[in-house]
Amino acid sequence: MSSKGVPLFPEAASSFATNVDNLYLFIIAVSVFFGVAVIIAMVAFGIIFKQKKPGEVGERIEGNLALELLWSIIPTIISMVMFGWGAQAFFEMRVPPAETMTVYAVGKQWMWKFQHPEGAREINELHVPLGKAVKVLITSEDVLHSLYFPSFRTKMDAIPGRYSQLWFEATKTGTYHIFCTEYCGTNHSGMIGSVVVMEPQEYQAWLAGGSVGGTLAERGEKLFSELACSTCHMDSGQGRGPSLANIVGATAELADGTTVVRDENYLRESIINSQAKIVKGYQPLMPAFQGLINEENLVALVEYVKTKSPAARPTPAPAAAPAASTATTDGMQTPSATGGKN
Amino acid sequence: MLDTLKLPDHHYLNDGHGLKSWLLTKDHKRIAMMYLISITVMFALGGFFAAGVRLELMTPQGDLFLADTYNKFFTMHGVVMVFFFLIPSTPAVLGNFLIPPMVGAKDLAFPRINLLSLYIFWLGAAFFFYALFSGGVDTGWTFYTPFSSFSSNTNVVPTALGVFISGFSSILTGLNFIVTIHRMRAPGLSWFKLPLFVWAHYATSLIQVLGTPVVAITIIMVFVERAFGFGIFDPVRGGDPVLFQHLFWFYSHPAVYIMIVPALGVMSELISTFTRKTIFGYSFVAFSSLAIAVFGFIVWAHHMFVAGISPYSALVFSFLSFSVAIPSAVKVFNWTATLWKGSISFEPPMLYAYGFMGLFLVGGLTGLFLATLGTDIHLHDTYFVVAHFHYIMVGGAIMGYIGGIHFWWPKMTGRMYSEFGARMSAILVFVGFNLTFFPQFILGYMGMPRRYHAYPDEFQVLNIMSSAGAGVLGIGYILPVIYLTYSLTRGKAAGPNPWGASGLEWQTQSPPVTANFTEPPVVPAEPYEYTPHVAREANLV
Repeated sequence: MSSKGVPLFPEAASSFATNVDNLYLFIIAVSVFFGVAVIIAMVAFGIIFKQKKPGEVGERIEGNLALELLWSIIPTIISMVMFGWGAQAFFEMRVPPAETMTVYAVGKQWMWKFQHPEGAREINELHVPLGKAVKVLITSEDVLHSLYFPSFRTKMDAIPGRYSQLWFEATKTGTYHIFCTEYCGTNHSGMIGSVVVMEPQEYQAWLAGGSVGGTLAERGEKLFSELACSTCHMDSGQGRGPSLANIVGATAELADGTTVVRDENYLRESIINSQAKIVKGYQPLMPAFQGLINEENLVALVEYVKTKSPAARPTPAPAAAPAASTATTDGMQTPSATGGKN
Repeated sequence: MLDTLKLPDHHYLNDGHGLKSWLLTKDHKRIAMMYLISITVMFALGGFFAAGVRLELMTPQGDLFLADTYNKFFTMHGVVMVFFFLIPSTPAVLGNFLIPPMVGAKDLAFPRINLLSLYIFWLGAAFFFYALFSGGVDTGWTFYTPFSSFSSNTNVVPTALGVFISGFSSILTGLNFIVTIHRMRAPGLSWFKLPLFVWAHYATSLIQVLGTPVVAITIIMVFVERAFGFGIFDPVRGGDPVLFQHLFWFYSHPAVYIMIVPALGVMSELISTFTRKTIFGYSFVAFSSLAIAVFGFIVWAHHMFVAGISPYSALVFSFLSFSVAIPSAVKVFNWTATLWKGSISFEPPMLYAYGFMGLFLVGGLTGLFLATLGTDIHLHDTYFVVAHFHYIMVGGAIMGYIGGIHFWWPKMTGRMYSEFGARMSAILVFVGFNLTFFPQFILGYMGMPRRYHAYPDEFQVLNIMSSAGAGVLGIGYILPVIYLTYSLTRGKAAGPNPWGASGLEWQTQSPPVTANFTEPPVVPAEPYEYTPHVAREANLV
């Protein structure tokens, strides 16, 4: 079956791909062992104990407790090894390292839109640097989608109304498939693209050429004043709404006495459905922006609010020195007109 | 000696003539035969849609159908096969026909409700046909929201109502079986003398009665969201799209066991009969059916590992999913052990049983890749999943069902079919099935997503193999329709017990009289009692 043109594995191009492949091979080995053992027994018994003459009956054997325990316990132990290894591989995929760069993905019938914090915007193509942990925050403009990178062995659903996330660290330069794996209507199979893994310097050059219309945070800042957010959310804390400085990643106490960690999902919900969680000490005055702002602009606003919490921000660009990182996202780049690949 | 056998003068098939005597019957056997015809029609329809899907996928470009047409084809393939063929298949046909004679009863506990369940099934199917002929539906058989609630502009509501209605048919059948098995066993037929087929149906009935109402409620929720704009699953109206998946899989995962557990029951009967001995570890096999039914209810979120659920809940559901693997493995080991020191003969039903074992084994083992979190993230919603569940549902459930049909056909009709044809069919189904679905495991690991109308070129070779296999599989399924139909008028008379089997249903004439038994059946001292003495009684020596 492994003839030319029919590879059995996709390229293993992320830091955890090899672990997943090894786990896959381990389960294959266990399956082949048990599968072949049972099939050999079936065929052999079928030959050895074939009926010799009509009317012959089999020996009455009711069972054997020791055997029953043996073939219950051994598979249980082996399956627990699979479970444990699978859980380890899973948490490796689900928990990003402390230092990541963030890319935003918005699924929409039938395309993927990616936005880099530096300002580059792409459709159905995602450029990422080699050897750098990339976190992708994913949402959907309409129905469910799922962002799948087969060569990275990971995927995550895009769910309207919230952010989900995945991360990867690409380990091989090249161009690999992006698929939508959650059925989303007419052109589901056309909702595909490619992820381009580049050397970090090339990635920087690409970013510089593609970052047009300002960084993501700059676009967010513009929206922040256009939508008059700034009239209430004053950094001084004197406005009718809470100050947004240094809130991301911190815990807030709500009017109903509960507490919440303010992450991207919290920020998103507080814009779209502003009455859902009211910070203690403030009135529910803010209008809900549901239907008034699209996901891409929401992402820009969220990114802008995050720049107000420099302590909580991950390093935005792979090549940037740590000291320069906040400066970069505060608008030091010189961008031009439209998005990178649009 | 068999040559001298004749069909009995009086039996359930000639007890009343004309359409009315069938449509108003309360005889579980006639109802089973009407189910058999109904679901065979649905199977052919589902097969037609599958053929369309496989033809389209022979080329990477979406060049045979429009994307919307293709999406409707795989949706209606899934809806027909799952809700209108697989769920009723073994219980409504074989269970309906056989549970009363197996427990030594004249009929099910509620014969009128049994007839009602058939009419409800027809009503549900009528809604589906309305949806089909007014343009079809394109949501996938899983009806995921919010696509199904606001994005799809096809016939979601009539299809969903069809599924909703046919669900009640399933509930009523389950209820009937539970009461019958509890209350109508012949004197002396204690629980641990019941055939494992009856145990399997008891477990299945519990799932039908407890699980189906949940999917019914879920469908109503989609209906009110779509028709009246309630915000249940649509986030724009304050709903939660992932809630639908929890509710849907809470039923639809156990529904997989509604499809496969009765087939496991069939397997125990076939293997016992054609090894002429009792099932190894009877009580382990019996309780493993119940264990599967119970554990089946607590694994639903393994369909949702990439749906944004908490990694810790994913951990719990992965662990629980392995708990279902163990009782399934126990059954396979016990069947294999049953072959030891048996007196094995390879009549056509046994060929199906062997085929079932091979395919169910692959289906079960590939489930491990999907219960394991690390590999499931990569494999989720790829062709690996498609291959896995076809190995269970087609390789397992349908193979068991058709094997059962071949085993009990002489009892149901009083006649034997072409043995050569049946052997050919069993072999073609086995070979065609593997050729169709094994390449899909490889496609899945390579990353080909399911429900794709068009795909990248590198997936073509394996897709062509799969489509070619589907052709062979199709022939394997058409053959029985021909030789079984032919046998209805030309087949040799079978006699009461052509296989020399031990169950109570073989103690009566074939086909049975309407009341099943002309004299009270003799309950054996042990289940699956095969002694030379019994074999003599069955006119085999």
